Amino acid sequence: MKCNVINTPVHNVDGIAKVTGRATYTFDVTVPGMLFGKILRSPHPHARIKNIDASAALALNGVRAVVTGKDTLGIKQGIWRRYKELCDEQILPLEKVRYIGEPVAAVAADTEEIAEQALDLIEVDYEVLPAVYDPMEAIKKEAPEIHEGFERNINVTRHIEWGDVDDAFDEADYIREDWFRCSGQAHACMETRCAVASYTADGKLAVWTSTQSAYYHQVLLADVLGLKESDVRVIAKYVGGGFGGKFELDAAQFCSSVLSMKLCKPVKIVFTREEDFIASKRRTPMYYYVRTGVKKDGTFLAREARVFTDGGAYTGMGATALYLTGFFHSFPYKWRGYRHDGFRVYTNTLPSTSMRGFGTPHATYCSELQIDLIAKELGLDRIEIRRKNGHTPNYEVPGQATIASCGLEQCLDEIEKWIKSRGELPPNRGIGISSYGFMSGGIFNRFDTPYSFSSAVVTINYDGKVDLHVGAQDIGQGSNTTLAIICAEDLGVRLEDIRVHSGDTAECPPDLGAWGSRQTLMAGNAVKMAAGEAKRQLLEFAAAQMSPNIVYDLDIKDRWVHLAGRPERGLDYFEVVKKALRGKDGQRIMGRGYYTPHRKGMISPAYSYGVQALEIDVDPETGKIKLLNCVTAHDCGQPINPLGLTGQLEGAISMAAGYGFLEDIPIEDGMVMNPNLVDYKLIRAPDMPETEVIEIETYEPEGPFGAKEAGEGLTNPTAAALATAVLDAVGVPIKELPITPEKVLNALKEKKAQ
Amino acid sequence: MEKHLLRITVNDRDYELFINPKTLLVEVIRDHLGLTGTKRGCESSSCGCCTVIVEGMAVKSCSVLAMQVDGMTVTTSEGLEKNGKLDAIQKAFLDNGSYQCGFCTSGMLMSSKALLDENPSPSVMDIREGIDGNLCRCTGYNSIVRAVAAVARGDYREDKQ
Repeated sequence: MKCNVINTPVHNVDGIAKVTGRATYTFDVTVPGMLFGKILRSPHPHARIKNIDASAALALNGVRAVVTGKDTLGIKQGIWRRYKELCDEQILPLEKVRYIGEPVAAVAADTEEIAEQALDLIEVDYEVLPAVYDPMEAIKKEAPEIHEGFERNINVTRHIEWGDVDDAFDEADYIREDWFRCSGQAHACMETRCAVASYTADGKLAVWTSTQSAYYHQVLLADVLGLKESDVRVIAKYVGGGFGGKFELDAAQFCSSVLSMKLCKPVKIVFTREEDFIASKRRTPMYYYVRTGVKKDGTFLAREARVFTDGGAYTGMGATALYLTGFFHSFPYKWRGYRHDGFRVYTNTLPSTSMRGFGTPHATYCSELQIDLIAKELGLDRIEIRRKNGHTPNYEVPGQATIASCGLEQCLDEIEKWIKSRGELPPNRGIGISSYGFMSGGIFNRFDTPYSFSSAVVTINYDGKVDLHVGAQDIGQGSNTTLAIICAEDLGVRLEDIRVHSGDTAECPPDLGAWGSRQTLMAGNAVKMAAGEAKRQLLEFAAAQMSPNIVYDLDIKDRWVHLAGRPERGLDYFEVVKKALRGKDGQRIMGRGYYTPHRKGMISPAYSYGVQALEIDVDPETGKIKLLNCVTAHDCGQPINPLGLTGQLEGAISMAAGYGFLEDIPIEDGMVMNPNLVDYKLIRAPDMPETEVIEIETYEPEGPFGAKEAGEGLTNPTAAALATAVLDAVGVPIKELPITPEKVLNALKEKKAQ
Repeated sequence: MEKHLLRITVNDRDYELFINPKTLLVEVIRDHLGLTGTKRGCESSSCGCCTVIVEGMAVKSCSVLAMQVDGMTVTTSEGLEKNGKLDAIQKAFLDNGSYQCGFCTSGMLMSSKALLDENPSPSVMDIREGIDGNLCRCTGYNSIVRAVAAVARGDYREDKQ
């Protein structure tokens, strides 16, 4: 398809604001008369709150209010609102604290310093309870009970099965089983969680906050505060990163709102980096057992897996991570029989939730490393075994999903070519590979509706400029730019003609926001529908003006309204708009669009695919890994914004490689041991490998202009590719993330001893 | 506490402020002058979000007291643009998509600018090391390295425009 705007390199619509320091984040918001809030946090991993005495804090000059659970409605909230038992978190708990760092009280004062001093003056009387920190311990009969009514601390279970698994195992020539352990990971957004809440005497609450979904926070806040949803306005114009960590209700949002409602004054709360590490949420740590049966020739027959995930103290979005790890552990391969049993277990540690990839980086790591071990054992080529079993276009995952577009085979071809081009490698150098796939938005939803949705409004103004209102949330991934491109392409105008409005529930239509890689496809379809509707209205008028032979259709391309077959016959777009609106009594042309997937199962309307190769060097003396080259063959359907796509790819590599060999959240006696950016290691510029992306263009019939997801799925392969690269370089499988020098050295020692 | 007089030039504008001597430079920039382009992302001087240029040198403004730069000249991201004309490094960031959420961008721009001022022809490793003190969770840095390299190559020289 010939496009004018799509797949051309453009500046992001918010580029100028971001490179001139003008973009105002919640962190920068100041409201006249604003007070500053601080949160008192539990020093105990598990304790009953017997009494809180705030009188000394309240007596401190400059302290305006102290609130505890008793000042709230005590509503237990969660993101799976359709399942009451999974709404288990009171952000200011009334009875018990369940992890170190859990909020117990909040202070508002004239300055941050005074608020901080006041925290030291609040006396909390705790009855300390026995605690448990590991899911394999917490699931034991004798483990302490963290939430009432959850036997063996099992929070959620998930069983996925298709085909005759046992029968398929019986036919296998070779069966392999392994245990893997996957660590947690901090989102480590550069902007920590923060909010400014302003409640006014007319009963209305405005909350500026760093969020992935203004709509979610509008609904969640209204619920826990006892307000009407329309009386809560959530504003998030610029968000300093999300990565899955910013769509659950957090203590900055909740405590600032409770304090503001008590005082009728604006209150700002910004998490310190330490608070962000110990008391926001994290990628879910997992223990994985995988058993796989194959034929001698490498044909995959059956897989059976059990996963025990460390849920931490509350449910949050963790239940979805359990579901997705279960499904994507099969990806992107065909299995005659597949069985996955997931157990999410409560522990007295910080809650686990979604993080970019949403359970899939773990699933991919365990799967891909085991596939390489199987190929090695059977003497098969690692590309060939993946090609033989990979998804193909129009494949149906039995009872689960219908695949339309799938470029996996071309991706494997490209990676095979690249590996060959590298020739013979020096000793201790290796190339790892990983296939992967991901969803373009989840269809299932447990928030308010049992399905997912997006919406958009396109308005053409008198001067031909276009206002695009979306509920989609730009958190840096560039959705505003992607959606503006789709709007401009469909309407036949230029990117600079579109002004995007997002991140404000007072002016934007509802949309579930930025998670599960949903916005390009779902919000994109809504935008395309809205633009199409506005265009139809404009062309109706143009047809009346031009009165062409009815065999010709009208179209607009690059601001030129013309006969589709005879582009030389046409009118200037701006003139047509001006004339169309002149007789309309102040009306504007307005198109509404919305999208919910139909007949696509319950998982996702479309799937991205790819294969990544990662070349590394391992120092056998120190066990240290150096990343050299990372090449990704990637099928995201029709690319929309090529610069944005490269950015997503490179960003995903840095985050996912970090997960593979650097990042970890060690917890001792319930305490996070590295809650700062010195001890928690993120990849820095000198650590990054050279990166190359090979786009495999397919056309996804369900996506806008053939597009599907292109950001989150890219986080799935890199830890896996790192593990298979270590195997290739020095011959040892490291079955525990992150792959630290210590683990590599120990494995090498063990290998030598054998 | 007794307030001290701070004389400082920020983005070509002279300021005189009475401040608590314990005030950090970043607090003066953000809270006193309202220049919120400069961000803060940690308490350990490890993220680089607060990087500004003091007398030609990239400085993490959370790691110095404002009084230490008394009488000196400071440039923040808001000061890169001159009379509506973007600096070469800003143009290069736009062309290379060297920002995503944008929270680290101001600091990243200032480190890049200081690096180029000091070494107009840096190697790729020079560039990577020049922004080593700046964390970015979104981009994976490579687009930033390409932007700095483009400026070093002269892609944004006046006569080329």
